[in-house]
Amino acid sequence: MFFNFFTSSPKGEKLKIAKTPFLINDYQLIFPFFSYIYSMKKKQLNRRGFMQRAALTTFGTAIGMPIVFGRYLPENLIPVILEKDFPIEGKHPDLVLLNDRPVNAETPPHLLNDSITPADKFFIRNNGLPPENVNPETWTLTIDGESAKSTRSFSLAALKTEFKEYTYQLVLECGGNGRAEFNPPAKGNQWTTGAVGCAAWTGIRLADVLQAVGIKDDAVYIGYYGKDTHLSGDKNKQPISRGCPIAKALEPETLIAWSMNGEDIPLHNGYPLRLVVGGWPASCSGKWLERISIRNRIHDGPKMGGQAYRVPCEAVAPGTKVADEEMCIIESMPVKSLITYPKTGAILNARQLNINGHAWAGDLKVKRVDYSIDFGQTWQTAQLSPPANRLAWQDFSATIRFPEPGYYEVWARATDEKGKAQPMILPGWNPKGYLNNACHRIAVRVK
Amino acid sequence: MKIKVLIILSGIIIITLLACETEPSSVPLTEEENTPDTLAVPEVNEATGLVMDETFPLIIAHCTSCHSAKLITQNRATRDGWASMIDWMQATQGLWKFDDHEPQILDYLAKYYGPTESGRRENLAVEEWYEL
Repeated sequence: MFFNFFTSSPKGEKLKIAKTPFLINDYQLIFPFFSYIYSMKKKQLNRRGFMQRAALTTFGTAIGMPIVFGRYLPENLIPVILEKDFPIEGKHPDLVLLNDRPVNAETPPHLLNDSITPADKFFIRNNGLPPENVNPETWTLTIDGESAKSTRSFSLAALKTEFKEYTYQLVLECGGNGRAEFNPPAKGNQWTTGAVGCAAWTGIRLADVLQAVGIKDDAVYIGYYGKDTHLSGDKNKQPISRGCPIAKALEPETLIAWSMNGEDIPLHNGYPLRLVVGGWPASCSGKWLERISIRNRIHDGPKMGGQAYRVPCEAVAPGTKVADEEMCIIESMPVKSLITYPKTGAILNARQLNINGHAWAGDLKVKRVDYSIDFGQTWQTAQLSPPANRLAWQDFSATIRFPEPGYYEVWARATDEKGKAQPMILPGWNPKGYLNNACHRIAVRVK
Repeated sequence: MKIKVLIILSGIIIITLLACETEPSSVPLTEEENTPDTLAVPEVNEATGLVMDETFPLIIAHCTSCHSAKLITQNRATRDGWASMIDWMQATQGLWKFDDHEPQILDYLAKYYGPTESGRRENLAVEEWYEL
């Protein structure tokens, strides 16, 4: 078996290193290489130098070991050997890369200060690999399903001309945003606070398209299908196919969008077409959208079942094992806020500080944002703007006066229109670490 | 051409054998090295961020062929927790069986990437203080 061995160059482009004539299909065959590497280690050779030099030679020495069971590797898979924090095209270099296969990157809070999140600061949560060589001229969207009165396909041009265009500012937040704090820890990407953004999305109402095709009375759910590919390279596997109940799908703000902030959607955020289902876990908002099925049951695509995007129907103690059938699908996201100015760690020469940030509450409006500088003993109310439209986040600001020098934490706590406020410690533990809406905190030192 | 390849291959085998002979105890850890003290400053491989020990090559071979090492280094789980993640990858993601490597791999993951008690909320960690 011949391998094409790739690695990333510092600029991020894939660099073809060598086509190796080595027959690599048995781990035992090349086992002695391990001992060789460890003998080099003992002899105080610079291992990093070894790795770099090795990468430029042949496959066998490139990684110093075979790819075990390499014969199972799909041909188009690039082995991840040498990790590099390569910049993602079109994205701010200070986004924090949590995973590069699939790409998952979050935005530090101070980069989310804009009322409308710019495309380069919008987080990335991929489940698979984005499609390559996207051609918007030939892209189609098909509507089908048990509860569709017919099956119809639309070109992008048809969608743009046949239906009325709308623009809404809509919050997309990953269901697992804040997962990093859960104890016991939950597996998956360890998001801290930055898997959220609120962009201005332009497209057409999903409702208009579904109604044009015809919705049967027994419709329960919609499920999306995207053109991303599974990490394994298996073309028969989808990385993710989720959706939402028909009532949410028919809300006026639920969009089939082709534009973010007046520009094409970045590739990693779903170019050329995606769903935007504001206020719900962002996994409902399918990217690289090519098909929507109107279902007569709860959609059953990958990551709809099991424990994915679900929390225990009844609250459980931290660390409890919960059976799949006792897990319920997450719908609206909870009330939350983020202090986006200043960046944590500010040292002040003055006693006064202006802060600002955003607050959002899933399907609901935010009624109030309070802040505390004494670890939650007393709270002051911040100024809160109304949302640009339903499901947009709301800006808040305040001027803080610090009574004396010292270490402070500024805590922000939003309350939704039904009176639910953010907790100051972690909310209900759940096996997969979803829905952490504990209040955001920044550290400040006053001289 | 064939002769050249043969010479190179024999060279590699001889070097390898010599390395094995001169460092017979380089692979297994001694009891002393296994104590928690050595965990304080585990040696980290710069390219992947993974802790280097005798299991490291197995991790490279079995895990990072398909996904980023970050998926390991950013997560924390017990031995059972890691086992269930591997089971899931094997059941649904096309990962191969580890066979007799599995216990060693699980030991490695539980040792270096096990959970720490963080309570209901950790102290704020400030990466960098700056004058505003």
